Amino acid sequence: MNVAGEVTGRVSERYNNVEYYFKLKQANEALSKQNEHLLNLLRQDYEGADTARKFFTDTLRVDSLVTIQRFKYYEAKVVSSFVSTQNNYFTIHRGSSQGLPKDKEWGVISPEGIAGRIVSVGENFSVVMSVLNRQFKVNSMLKKGGETGPVSWDGDNPHFLRLINIPKSSRVAKGDTVLTSNVSDIYPPGIMVGTVAEIIDDKSSNFFTLKLKTATNFSNLQFVYVLQDLQREEREKLEDIYKKSK
Amino acid sequence: MSSLVKNIIRFILFILVQVFVLHQVPSLHKFITPYLYYLFIIWLPFSMGRSALMLLAFVFGLSLDYFLKTPGLHAAACVLVAYVRPFLINMLIRQEGDEQNYASPSITSMGWAPYFMMVFILTLLHHGYLVFLEWMQFGTFLYFLGKVLATTGISMLLVLITELLFFRKEKFRTNTV
Repeated sequence: MNVAGEVTGRVSERYNNVEYYFKLKQANEALSKQNEHLLNLLRQDYEGADTARKFFTDTLRVDSLVTIQRFKYYEAKVVSSFVSTQNNYFTIHRGSSQGLPKDKEWGVISPEGIAGRIVSVGENFSVVMSVLNRQFKVNSMLKKGGETGPVSWDGDNPHFLRLINIPKSSRVAKGDTVLTSNVSDIYPPGIMVGTVAEIIDDKSSNFFTLKLKTATNFSNLQFVYVLQDLQREEREKLEDIYKKSK
Repeated sequence: MSSLVKNIIRFILFILVQVFVLHQVPSLHKFITPYLYYLFIIWLPFSMGRSALMLLAFVFGLSLDYFLKTPGLHAAACVLVAYVRPFLINMLIRQEGDEQNYASPSITSMGWAPYFMMVFILTLLHHGYLVFLEWMQFGTFLYFLGKVLATTGISMLLVLITELLFFRKEKFRTNTV
């Protein structure tokens, strides 16, 4: 699969050179929106009217935080993607030669929200299982109430996902934001998943099924970030011990 | 152009069209996936033996699998198509010996009705098998039935358009000088 991945990756890259040009505008918009969001977090944006009050930034340098860093981002270019089947995958132009660690399923996000998870890392290319895949599942929560439930795709429409197991006691409304939850195994909490488009009230159960509009527009996905979880091994080791003892 | 060169070009072209044109089309409905690539196997010459046909179909299907990241689904369906093709040709060809007189299955060599009968059966088999493998993972029987029928319909339309756009004139070959 890896050698073939290199070959198909090269071909797809050629195709993407053309395709990329036509999708530049949307890719640009998504990136500048993300920039805006990040710029709003900068320290110089915050200034109180009261000059007697002083603002401090934490003096911890980033280097000293490395020991507690959990997620590391790698940017990557999408070279081939399609949304027309029931199990969609896309290829990104980054592999083990560009520093992507092998043999683990890393989360992948786009500038707009979650995008998928890595299933195979090659030398220069990697294959990502898209959120629009029947086998994909991610645990997420409502931003307002914090109720969690699994999000998956029902294969119907590439613009909509499905969030189940939201108790009927929750006060969910159309347009509410859904984020990744803190028990999600590959994403940090608080990454955008989508917004509630429709609340399906099943009379026979105590749970709502929510139809979500995806945050990411998969048909013109051009740039993504791969998230390496640096504390994964430790966590998995602990969980394995528990699983065995059970 | 020799038959070998022609088929090599077709091989590449069919894969590229399937991956970069038909799979890029925004999905109309979950039942519809436009497939055309397996027409390559139908267009292969009469003179190929069954084992050679199946081997080539396997390589062809596998190369599409690598592009679409599916675990051998298309390879399996292609091998099935290649296996059944000779039976259908024997059954549907107009005249005994036509497979010697013409190079490959087409409208001219087999006639409209028999040719499209063959294409229809092979399309149904191909999609049936492909969706069956998918159905074992998820979906209901209605999903299986709907998808096979809808996809076959779209495929037949694509095949018809292709046959009309790229009409292949087959030369009648005889031993008599």
